[in-house]
Amino acid sequence: MASSKKNHKADSFPKDGPVDTSRRNLIKGAGMVGVAALGTSAENIIAQESSKERNINTMISREALEVLTADEAETLEAICGCLIPSDENGPGAFEARAAHYIDKSLASHNKSARDYYMVSLDAINQYSKKTRGNAFHRLIDDHQFSILSAVQEDKVPGCSPNGSDFFNIVRNHTIDGTFCDPYYGGNQNFVGWDMLNYPGIRLSASETDVAQGPDLTPNHQSAYDHDTYTKMVINGSMNQRGGQSDA
Amino acid sequence: MPKKLPKTDVVIVGMGAAGGVAALPLTNAGLKVIGIEAGGWLSPRDFAPDELRNGARNWPQSVQKAASEAPTVRANSNQKAVQGGHPMMNAVGGTTMHYWAQSWRLNPWDFKVVSATRDRYGADRIPTGSTVEDWPFGYDELEPFYEKVEFAVGISGQAGNVKGKINAAGNVFEGERQSEYPMRPLRTSPFTELMTNAAQRLDWSPFQGPAAITSELYDGRPPCQYHGFCNKGGCHVQAKSSTAFTTIPKAIDTGNLDVVTYARVTNIVTDNDGKVTGVDYLRGSEEFFQPADVVLMASYAYENVRLLQLSKSRSFPDGLSNNNGQVGKHYLSHHQGSPVIALFPEDLHNWYGLPAQGVAIDDWADDNFDHSDLDFIGGANLWAHTDRKPIGAAKMSTFGRASNWGSDWKKFIMDNADKTNTAYIQKTTLPYEGNYLDLDPQVKDPLGFPVTRITASYRENETRIAEFSQNMMEKWYREAGATEIIRTGLGGAMSASTHAYGGTRMGNNSETNVVDRWGFSHEVPNLGVLGASVMGTSGARNPTLTVQALSWRTSEHLVANWQSIVG
Repeated sequence: MASSKKNHKADSFPKDGPVDTSRRNLIKGAGMVGVAALGTSAENIIAQESSKERNINTMISREALEVLTADEAETLEAICGCLIPSDENGPGAFEARAAHYIDKSLASHNKSARDYYMVSLDAINQYSKKTRGNAFHRLIDDHQFSILSAVQEDKVPGCSPNGSDFFNIVRNHTIDGTFCDPYYGGNQNFVGWDMLNYPGIRLSASETDVAQGPDLTPNHQSAYDHDTYTKMVINGSMNQRGGQSDA
Repeated sequence: MPKKLPKTDVVIVGMGAAGGVAALPLTNAGLKVIGIEAGGWLSPRDFAPDELRNGARNWPQSVQKAASEAPTVRANSNQKAVQGGHPMMNAVGGTTMHYWAQSWRLNPWDFKVVSATRDRYGADRIPTGSTVEDWPFGYDELEPFYEKVEFAVGISGQAGNVKGKINAAGNVFEGERQSEYPMRPLRTSPFTELMTNAAQRLDWSPFQGPAAITSELYDGRPPCQYHGFCNKGGCHVQAKSSTAFTTIPKAIDTGNLDVVTYARVTNIVTDNDGKVTGVDYLRGSEEFFQPADVVLMASYAYENVRLLQLSKSRSFPDGLSNNNGQVGKHYLSHHQGSPVIALFPEDLHNWYGLPAQGVAIDDWADDNFDHSDLDFIGGANLWAHTDRKPIGAAKMSTFGRASNWGSDWKKFIMDNADKTNTAYIQKTTLPYEGNYLDLDPQVKDPLGFPVTRITASYRENETRIAEFSQNMMEKWYREAGATEIIRTGLGGAMSASTHAYGGTRMGNNSETNVVDRWGFSHEVPNLGVLGASVMGTSGARNPTLTVQALSWRTSEHLVANWQSIVG
């Protein structure tokens, strides 16, 4: 049951389709697949005209798809964006690169969920084309929300293991990818931790730190900004802040 | 044929909370001990403050032998048992690496539930179908061993009763102690102070609970840094008093302990006289036989029971030490579920802090209150503690105020990430007819051995305590200012638990118990069992310190009676 509240706005282009240049759809176009497609679609040419979008492209310039296909990644990116929207309250799963995290995790810890994603993302896209005449990631927000609600309510045929279980899996993984240590490829630039006003990893928390509560300034530290936990301590270049993920 | 190794005095199966403590008095006495451990050594460099790795991914650095043999679970014998996860890990130090480290002594009542209930309320108040017995000894007999372990591993806390002198800052309900804790309690926090003040307004007796965590420099280890990654995480400064950093290194220093890592014990070997002669184990694909005069089993409760059930021989056709059919009986999973979740109007300052940094209420635990007009015996320890992490915060309940995704949900978690708290409520849990562990007829581990099957459910006594304790917890939270409360279910099937008891229960009667008052088998004189599998009651608090005190006691008994035990 998604909020009926609009996240931010596509009012000028309410129609589903490839010419939707709303803020979020521009971002969508610049996602994991957008990089590969850079310069090949009208959408991305438009995207490049905005310095904001260029920043996003820079941010994700070293993402590779390890498990998902380009189509699957686009669908997943859009689902993550529905679950934790980028809206008037700030960045969401997109900026955190939750979908990138999920793709990487399907090659490692979440391997057992790989089939669920392949089958369900395909089922969701097919349902989208059948009921709305377009790929899921091309739909306007309200239509994406209603389809995702249908997945959650088990009303989209063909999901694996079933709609509501897949919904819970992708919801959990999107949360993991938005709020995990940035090492894993999500929570990029600490947007997830900032969302919760989590002040960051401290190897020691003083009574003064704790007393400050919400007033404590986030330090934007990953666990792996600390030499102790970085596997290649001798390689100083490994010790850079946050954002970039390691293979 | 397994490769036969040189004989040793004692083999301990498992170098965790129990085996890691038992090794010290044995090696101090000059006995040669080999500790066989399924995991390896971890160092503070492995203890990254990483919520995803520790929590969601279950700390992949630990060897998950336990995970590969997770028990199946069903509520009763009419159901099909389903395999779930395993709550424990494998490493030198075992689960003392990543536990919360709450380190309680049991209340004296827990040792004599049957007689104390009969004397105060009448025999008919023992719950129907329960197989509970008094322990073969009382709190006083274990007290010196509690003290030895508290100093050997390093426990912080505030005593409430030293030699009869009551101190209201500590637990006024605890059994009499002979000494203060070796370290002062962990520090308080804005949240524990909030809860302490609320409890005092209710006229309850709040106190800081004991923890196997340093609150000051102790035995060369620095004090806790409160960064908050204890739960399923090791300590980066070795402030957590895991056996891997306390008793095990000391035992190794005697020159009498060898730890064999990455080794899986597959069989306890018996001779035709019904005595154990050693253990078979696998290391990689190599098979070894380690002969020993005495075998001490110190795996987790499930594996202690399973190894006995798997170790069949001519003398013990139904499993080792099971000619009386008691192995696997009197099993219970501690009722530590059914939490109460609260939402407060203000931030609680809980992003740093650890689960063992909390405030306890024992007013409604054990027999600390009059049960004359109640329909249960026992009670619960209420624990309000710090510990908040981003992924956990994002997965919190929305108290019916938001959906669970989308913009309204996002706004909810942004506003409330540090405003909720979940109480930890540990309840008296009893053994019952029909609750037991056996070998699963279908599900096998990767070596082809059947896994443990748990057939067990909570009964009326446990669910009534759960309801009663939720009432008390809600009252406490509301007094502290909580505006929303969620109560969860009262309990059904007993799933695989971090607090698993019984299966090799300790008692004088060999018809109803597997081990004697010292922890040695009634049927096999040179086989000892360590761990909560010997405990017949749970109490309302974490078992580890009791497990460790019992282990120390069994070891001292072995040293003092070596000739008669070895024969």
